Amino acid sequence: MTTATTTDMMVLDRSIIICCGSGGVGKTTIAAAFALQAARLGRTACVVTIDPARRLANSLGLDALSNRPTRIEGPWPGELHAMMLDPKGTFDDLVARYSDSPEQAEDIKVNRIYRNLTGTLSGTQEYMAMEKLYELAEEGGFDLVVVDTPPSRNALDFLDAPRRLTRFLENRLFQALMMPTRAGLRIMGMAAQALLRTISKVAGADIVADAVAFFQAFEGMEEGFRARAARVRELLAQAETAFVLVASPRPDSVDEAVHFAGKLAESNLFVTALVVNRVQPRFADDSQLAALAARVDGGTDRDLDELVENLRGYTAASDREEQAYTDLASKVAPAPVTRVPLLNTDVHDLDNLATIADLLSGGAGPAPESSDGPSGGPSGGR
Amino acid sequence: MDISAFCSQSRVLIVAGKGGVGKTTMVAALAHMAARAGLSVLVVELEGRPGVSTAFGSDVPLEYAGSLLKAAGAEPIGEADARRGATIAPGTVQARTITPDDALLEYLGDHGLRRVSKRLMSSGIVDLVAGAIPGIRDVLVLGKIKQIERGRIADLVLVDAPATGHTMTFLSSAGGLLDAARGGPIRAQAADVVELLSDPSRCQVALVTLPEEMPVNELIEAAYQLEDKVGIALGPVIINGCYPYRDGLATTAADAASSAGVNLGPDLVAALEAARRFRLTRQELQADQLSRLARELPLPQLRVPFLFTASIGPVELDQLTDALAAGVQALPDRAEVRS
Repeated sequence: MTTATTTDMMVLDRSIIICCGSGGVGKTTIAAAFALQAARLGRTACVVTIDPARRLANSLGLDALSNRPTRIEGPWPGELHAMMLDPKGTFDDLVARYSDSPEQAEDIKVNRIYRNLTGTLSGTQEYMAMEKLYELAEEGGFDLVVVDTPPSRNALDFLDAPRRLTRFLENRLFQALMMPTRAGLRIMGMAAQALLRTISKVAGADIVADAVAFFQAFEGMEEGFRARAARVRELLAQAETAFVLVASPRPDSVDEAVHFAGKLAESNLFVTALVVNRVQPRFADDSQLAALAARVDGGTDRDLDELVENLRGYTAASDREEQAYTDLASKVAPAPVTRVPLLNTDVHDLDNLATIADLLSGGAGPAPESSDGPSGGPSGGR
Repeated sequence: MDISAFCSQSRVLIVAGKGGVGKTTMVAALAHMAARAGLSVLVVELEGRPGVSTAFGSDVPLEYAGSLLKAAGAEPIGEADARRGATIAPGTVQARTITPDDALLEYLGDHGLRRVSKRLMSSGIVDLVAGAIPGIRDVLVLGKIKQIERGRIADLVLVDAPATGHTMTFLSSAGGLLDAARGGPIRAQAADVVELLSDPSRCQVALVTLPEEMPVNELIEAAYQLEDKVGIALGPVIINGCYPYRDGLATTAADAASSAGVNLGPDLVAALEAARRFRLTRQELQADQLSRLARELPLPQLRVPFLFTASIGPVELDQLTDALAAGVQALPDRAEVRS
């Protein structure tokens, strides 16, 4: 199976894996499983997650936001580290790095606009995820950093975010806002003054005061931010970076994934691998189904008919799912497609995560045994 | 419960749930159900996704101006028509988007600031103001929804809310803005929004989930937060993607084959047995989650089946709507609104 080597090759060869896709498809789980697989293959890996479901976080030994990776002990030759991103703290670090003095950093940190920026300037969270990725990749001493992109309204926010923040900081109107302190309000254009009056009228006069303070505090730091943004962009474009698109086999998720792949291509970035998560399991191949049809022609026995129909139902469901993502698979070609079957349990501990890692590296076609999760065991229907 | 009565419990129904639970599809099914019962429906899509249109078989992208999804020959009712008191025809579904930028532009226009509004938008000043007043974007959008509700353009306004996480932020924005106690017309807008959200006859929330552990956990958490922090009334919970139960899987594959006198060989028996056990475990998991949800969140449940289809179009929409309608009809007559 070529897929078997693909996942292992990817976690062995690449230094960055970015997992992207729409919300609710299991991105965090897949990202963590990649990092675990790398550790099992002897690498030092770190997974950066953004707001993961709590039980997965607990299973990884994460109980709070932190800007330092935590090492997770386990029976693997490599190292597994995990981190839950704190966007605000990351921004604070960045401000500290580029400010001229501790006083300047402090002025920024107390400013009301700055304090709310991570929550309100769209893309700031994504930017901080990329920033942290850059820091870990450059200075963290990891062989592999896997990052799980935040669930965002716009799938490509994480690509645009660095530029967006730079643009925000360099805005000409905002430059004008700073003028009053430098050369008096007279120098400011009429139009800018009209805008300021409008803002005061709609939102209150103190907003303008906050804004002026904000841009004064940031003065001189734009250059540092811009240079950093450019380096993050380079990092994303380098050959050691892999983009893994995660989708579920449902129509809406597939549509979003197609859209996403197209957007990536527009930026000259390409999907390295497609993971279709939670597909219906197949319990028999075509020849087995034919053999079954030859021996059981219906009406033989009610119990047996039920069992056969149940088995065929999964195959039919799986066929229809395949149909749903055929287009997607061809759009991202030659990126390999790995299918991770629906498990018999929710994924919330390291054992389940190991099962996912096995399925990712084991490649296509789930063995029925491995999809029969640890909580299995029949006990009579409802 | 009568469908028409169900759909008339509040003029605005906000449909919320975590990403990937099929929220948008449920919005389409609710709209279809209400229109079938003779109501006029306006769907408000906040994230600009095309799912609602696709479900109705339309490939026209949704815009601020609005487009018709279900009606023969009628014309869409635009902003200007609505201001003249025009309403959507009974049995019709119209859909539109509202983005914060659109809402702001219109708000500025309504406040005599049309001339500078374009420049304000292009200058990025909105980001700046949003930095100073968190939640202002959401309040503008909700303010627009309030205006639509007040204008009575439709019997039912269905809002496809941002995914949870965002939902809490979205719906608590107005309360937060009031707390910040800033002056100006924006504050008045926030007060109106809070009033809308806390009146169960004007606005309720329907939460959507899947019958799985994590989505159920998130739904329960969201439900209590919405009640406690926003004070918004919760309608029934919609559980999407329920796998149909299959009876008669009690006999093992080996026993069934031998009692039928069929020699299947070990491979086929193993395949049948694996599929049987998988099905039983999934059914058990689902039943556990549904009863846990009922126990921890005493709200009526509407169950919608999992569809094994490659896409959601008009045919599938009919199926989902039928299931939803059957669920509504099975509800007791007086809707339970918890306060």
